[in-house]
Amino acid sequence: MTAVEEAPISAAGNPIGFGSMKRKEDQRFVRGQGNYVDDVNLPGMLHGAILRSPHAHAKILSIDTSRAEAHPGVVAVITGKTLEGIPRPALLGDNFAWMPTLSYDTQAVLATDKVRFQGQEVAFVIATDRYTAKDALELIDVDYEPLGAVMDAKKAMDPSAPVIRDDKGQTDNSITDVLGNKYWESGNAIGTQEAIDKAKADPNCVVVTQEIMYPRVHPAPMETCGSVAYLDPVSGQLTLWTTSQAPHAHRTVYALVAGLPEHKIRIISPDVGGGFGNKVGVYPGYVLSVVGSIVTGKPVKWMEDRSENLMSTSFARDYHMNGTIAATKEGKILAVDVDVLADHGAFNGVAQPTKFPAGFFHIFTGSYDYPNAHCKVTPVYTNKAPGGVAYACSFRITEAAYFIERLVDCLAAELGMDPAELRLKNLIKPEQFPYETPTGWVYDSGQYEKTMRLAMEMVGYDELRKEQAEKRARGEYMGIGISFFTEGVGAGPRKDMDILGLGMADGIELRVHPTGKAQLRLSVQTQGQGHETTYAQIVAHELGIPPEDIEVIHGDTDNTPFGLGTYGSRSTPVSGAAAAVVSRKVRDKARLIAAAALECSPDDLEWSLGKWSVKGDPDRAKTIQEIALLSHGSLELPEGVEGHLDATAVYNPPNLTYPYGCYICVVDVDPGTGQVKIRRFVAVDDCGTRINPMIVEGQVHGGLADGVGMALMELIAFDEDGNCLGGSFMDYLLPTAVECPDWELGETVTPSPHHPIGAKGVGESATVGSPAAVVNAVIDAISPFGVRHADMPLTPANVWRAIQGNPVRVDMAVE
Amino acid sequence: MQTPAPVDYARATSVDHALQLLEQHGEDARVIAGGHSLIPMMRLRIASPTTLIDLNDLDELKGIRVEGNEIVIGAMTRHAEVLDSAILAEHYPIFREAEKLIADPVVRNRGTVGGSMCQADPSEDLSAVGSALGGTVVIRSKSGSRTVPIREFHFGPYMTQVADGEILTEVRFPIRPGAGSAYEKVERRVGDWPVASAGVFVVVRDGVVSDCGIGLTAVGAEHFSAPGAEEFLVGKAPTEENLAQAAAIAADSCSPVSDQRGPADYKKHLAQELTLRALRRAVAASQGA
Repeated sequence: MTAVEEAPISAAGNPIGFGSMKRKEDQRFVRGQGNYVDDVNLPGMLHGAILRSPHAHAKILSIDTSRAEAHPGVVAVITGKTLEGIPRPALLGDNFAWMPTLSYDTQAVLATDKVRFQGQEVAFVIATDRYTAKDALELIDVDYEPLGAVMDAKKAMDPSAPVIRDDKGQTDNSITDVLGNKYWESGNAIGTQEAIDKAKADPNCVVVTQEIMYPRVHPAPMETCGSVAYLDPVSGQLTLWTTSQAPHAHRTVYALVAGLPEHKIRIISPDVGGGFGNKVGVYPGYVLSVVGSIVTGKPVKWMEDRSENLMSTSFARDYHMNGTIAATKEGKILAVDVDVLADHGAFNGVAQPTKFPAGFFHIFTGSYDYPNAHCKVTPVYTNKAPGGVAYACSFRITEAAYFIERLVDCLAAELGMDPAELRLKNLIKPEQFPYETPTGWVYDSGQYEKTMRLAMEMVGYDELRKEQAEKRARGEYMGIGISFFTEGVGAGPRKDMDILGLGMADGIELRVHPTGKAQLRLSVQTQGQGHETTYAQIVAHELGIPPEDIEVIHGDTDNTPFGLGTYGSRSTPVSGAAAAVVSRKVRDKARLIAAAALECSPDDLEWSLGKWSVKGDPDRAKTIQEIALLSHGSLELPEGVEGHLDATAVYNPPNLTYPYGCYICVVDVDPGTGQVKIRRFVAVDDCGTRINPMIVEGQVHGGLADGVGMALMELIAFDEDGNCLGGSFMDYLLPTAVECPDWELGETVTPSPHHPIGAKGVGESATVGSPAAVVNAVIDAISPFGVRHADMPLTPANVWRAIQGNPVRVDMAVE
Repeated sequence: MQTPAPVDYARATSVDHALQLLEQHGEDARVIAGGHSLIPMMRLRIASPTTLIDLNDLDELKGIRVEGNEIVIGAMTRHAEVLDSAILAEHYPIFREAEKLIADPVVRNRGTVGGSMCQADPSEDLSAVGSALGGTVVIRSKSGSRTVPIREFHFGPYMTQVADGEILTEVRFPIRPGAGSAYEKVERRVGDWPVASAGVFVVVRDGVVSDCGIGLTAVGAEHFSAPGAEEFLVGKAPTEENLAQAAAIAADSCSPVSDQRGPADYKKHLAQELTLRALRRAVAASQGA
């Protein structure tokens, strides 16, 4: 696979293949003609609203719904008791009050015994309009007996800690995964410990230990979560319009949760206004809209508001990481060990492949070549919202990349070595690929040093270091932070990866119509990534049909083949590969039909973009459009060749793909106030082949802004009483254009050798890579004050406190 | 979508009409100006007024003008107008500096001076500006108008002198020839409420500070002011040592509380640091004037 060739331009001005083109879907978005779940309005539709718990941990003594039921416009009030009365196949527990999570735990749909986090679902009011439903919530009287709340993950396993999951007969707050383990390990524990011990005893080596927290943040998509459910009482068909990143997976989950026959379930994800992992799981609200429709016989809409979204839906991160790195004094890394305490909230709702309860955190070894590494991840229950994998995290790779990039900077500080030099000494070399890491990943391809040197050249690294020295002499504090990350995306090979037993392969269907226009049906679900454009470009690249002649269809389980959806940067690596494969199937079939039409052997034909022609006689040719018509016409087809020009494929990736990049951030810090100003940000990404460079750059811009947000301001903390301190956009700060510098982007292109078009995926690269660059830059700036580490978010207060040598604990209320 | 509780609505056509509507709808009615504090509170159901009395048609409460040696700002004047005002830019650049840091253009186009003052958020930027500059507020009821010194207007978080059946109509500031003024704010993100802010004016005459005002917000300063620091500075030369001493006195008089914007010790530090920075610039401006 060579790098991108210039694609010919179609009549509409689009590349017939790869290249920047405007997004096809933006025609409707920029005109305000998108169609989101909240735009779905059905005749007779009712509206639901959820009463949520004000307490983090409390026993429910009684719920009195009588005043709410008497309120004009209220049709029904559903409580956990109501759900307990609705029978369900015993496989999943015998009633609707509990549902399975994506990690084989159970989660309350509506609390029956007690509430376990602030914002938990307690009752569901169905009324004739949304306002009335909300008004009626205030008329429900719940008598709670508050219990002590477990808000500090570090204290969750204290013998005195209140037990959260007594419903499961637990006697402590440990989490046992589906494989029966209370913690999860990867790598070589003994070898790593020996290497560290040896280094400690060796005067030519250093060992650095650092506690690093990746605090709880939230995806905060612009569109909150919601659904419209209609269970047709006659046909028994359930249609659910819902905010889902994975409609097919959701269909199967509803079949399991509701005990409904799967062929009678139709999930429609219309336009989705951002996901970032927030819309992977199934929330009680979705289930309640289904139950509401069952109970009332009418369509029921539920849309959460912003605070509900922030307080109750899937958070991200919440990893307390204690890392140790050993190296020679020359800067050769010898070993890395990390012990993680993972806060999973009140229900283990993490979405990740079954065999990997800590996701892909074990990619924490990063982009460096060293023999010994080990991680141990211990999850605990706390009285916080459940979830765990969200926000463009690539199954915990965000935590892993931040961890190693922060730890390497701590090592550089200890060694007194430039962090760029230290990284260059340890990067995996191009000839080492495919490279097997100490924790078992096989990185596909990379030219790490080339990418890093490009970033350093773009930013003017040496000049910046000179400027920094001059400024420090004047008492001014600027910092330069580097992050070099490698992700493993595109989950994943079926033999290794499944969610709830569903293998992570993706189906696809291509129909070429008689006139040569085509429809491509995807299993994955765009939330803004531009699938309607890039997938058309993949087909265009393979078949020579202009992208404007290809309609990409997605988001409706009745009209698309099965697949596990869009998250973990998996669309291009998995479904994008499927698009190339299915196009090639069509191309192969077109060859047979062209040969019949041209009365020659298929072997005599050669392909050039958009047509099969006779070798040595290019005028004897059939275009793909001509072949499409022939395939539907009266041409006598060769034996074994069926009519029409359609194909299907299911792509099972042989390995993950490994996009990587080098980011460099330059900041100025005001030590008198702790304010950080990002002056520059250079991002060089290598995501293999770029299908639509404009969309790639847009994805990178968004991810960089995400990273700035997490590094400097985003946080969901809790006070000791269990109050969520990030429940509105007044408290949960997202970055704006003002905080974002002019992003300076660069690229190297190292195609994935095993992906049909060499693409690696880029959806989460910038989110994964950027926080460490920002934090490393800030710490570099304030290192003259003796600071080696401070936890995100680096708000002015946190930076100032770090300078004072009295850092704040970020995951709890500020004291 | 966050949904407020049911509420009635009435649109006032004059201040007198508004006062009559207030009387008519009783103590749970609220006047609404820009709505950028009240509406979010209603949507979160923290506030559930029975009736909203809309003041947005009251042109008599809009605008910035000079009357004698006072600048008068009508209560319904939008933040954006304060930001753009040539009168304020000439006499008190502190307004422009503060307004540039208040929320964002969307809020400034709608939010009003009177609304901000009456909301009395303990982190309100304009309250610090008002306290720095001294001046008075005018409050009207059916029985007439009364004037209250601006430093007596607020008597606690979310509490003002405006009683039931009253409306704030204007804010008045004395013009001080030769004054320099400045505003300093630290926020976690553009548009956020301040972690701490300090606003000052200084008049330097014949090498000494002849008059000054210091306003502070979000740091638990009584009446958003620091009178002890002002007393210290007046009559002294505006040396770095004296400014630093004044800033220290100002910070000492604050009682900030820890919250997610920052711990109390940091806010106290900011009270000092920002007061000092603002004083330096205001002195330079006054000396250059």
